[in-house]
Amino acid sequence: MRPIRVLVAKAGLDSHDRGAKVIARALRDAGMEVIYTGLHRTPEHVIQAAIQEDVDVVAISLLSGAHLTVVPKIIAGLRAQDAGDMLVLLGGIVPDEDVGPLRQAGVAAVFGPGTDTAEVVDFIQGHVRTGSPA
Amino acid sequence: MSELAERLLAGDRRALARAITVVETGGAERADLLRRLHGHGGQAHVVGITGAPGAGKSTLVAALAGALRDAGERVGILAVDPSSPFSGGALLGDRVRMGTGEGLFIRSLASRGHAGGLSRATADAVRLLDAAGFSVIVLETVGAGQGEVEIMRLAHTTVVVTVPGLGDDVQAFKAGIMEIGDIFVVNKSDLPGANITARDLTTMLMLAPPRPWSPPVIQTSALKGEGLAQLVKAIGDHARWLREAGRWAGRAAELAQRRFEEAFAEMGLRRLRAAAEASGAWQAAMAAVARGELDPDAAAEQALGSVSGAWTSV
Repeated sequence: MRPIRVLVAKAGLDSHDRGAKVIARALRDAGMEVIYTGLHRTPEHVIQAAIQEDVDVVAISLLSGAHLTVVPKIIAGLRAQDAGDMLVLLGGIVPDEDVGPLRQAGVAAVFGPGTDTAEVVDFIQGHVRTGSPA
Repeated sequence: MSELAERLLAGDRRALARAITVVETGGAERADLLRRLHGHGGQAHVVGITGAPGAGKSTLVAALAGALRDAGERVGILAVDPSSPFSGGALLGDRVRMGTGEGLFIRSLASRGHAGGLSRATADAVRLLDAAGFSVIVLETVGAGQGEVEIMRLAHTTVVVTVPGLGDDVQAFKAGIMEIGDIFVVNKSDLPGANITARDLTTMLMLAPPRPWSPPVIQTSALKGEGLAQLVKAIGDHARWLREAGRWAGRAAELAQRRFEEAFAEMGLRRLRAAAEASGAWQAAMAAVARGELDPDAAAEQALGSVSGAWTSV
């Protein structure tokens, strides 16, 4: 078994990365290898980082309200580059009515403010298998 | 695995990234992949960047990689960060300072318990980038202290980075790391004391026994982009010197021999243990050691003695 690799990506223009850092820390403490992108990344950059780092999970943090534009763009880019199997998660402030369309677009789960980090860890461990890398 | 190797050789970045995961994971797939790539590459200039935590290595690597890319090089970056000894997890933050890294291939590696400033798979990952056709591979170690000198064996050119104010007489450079630098960089040169640090370094290098290559001391401000042209030039000069002095080819042979030693030790250990476990000698020795009936060295002798001859066929 190899460690689960997670890209924690701050997409969009907001500068609030406390949540992203808390999640990154919790995932690390759960034995995962977490790659943090830093702030203000474009969808193209997130896609490129996910591919190069060969991650199992792309965890997008977004508080700017642009999730309906940004997230589907990232998922489409991953699929176009043969990386549609990566688990895409979204954290941030997402109105309830947006969750359906996001799930439809390929987001595996949406985690709102106040989510227990253990819930995110459990979700990832329950959905990612690392028995074989290829 | 043959398809992965072919795609990697054709320049497919997704395949390269997958291949790095394969060598990090190890096992039969790793061996098969590396066998298929044997004979490819050998052209890349491997540049190692090491130095104390917070010296600005990541920022310097990003600025340097950008400058090399603008000079027409195909640049790949391998950045190693430490794994937690408690959870085994890691927070790999080098990309934060590397910005968008446009046109660059950047891969973060967790050290996974390996000491020496690199990860166990770093040497393999270098081979993959080399085979994929990168002309320069920049290798960033974990923030190094005074003993992390493994980078020297893997890199053609080792750049040691320091900053002003790390202590009088450049404490961090006393042993080990002071001797491995082919190029010394005083980063954050906009801070007070940069000239003094550079002068101290130059003096120390002058006092060292003469070497065929005299390491230059270069002041940079990675954040402001200052001194990069000199650094790029020094790296090029060193590569040229290695080739002209006939050291380039020798290094490849040395590296190959070291990899053979490691592979031999690892395979041998694995097979011996499997044989000892199959005969029950391993379990018997472990139990005897735990009960205090045998000292560990004597137990190892006994277990090894019981498998001699039999293990070659495992």
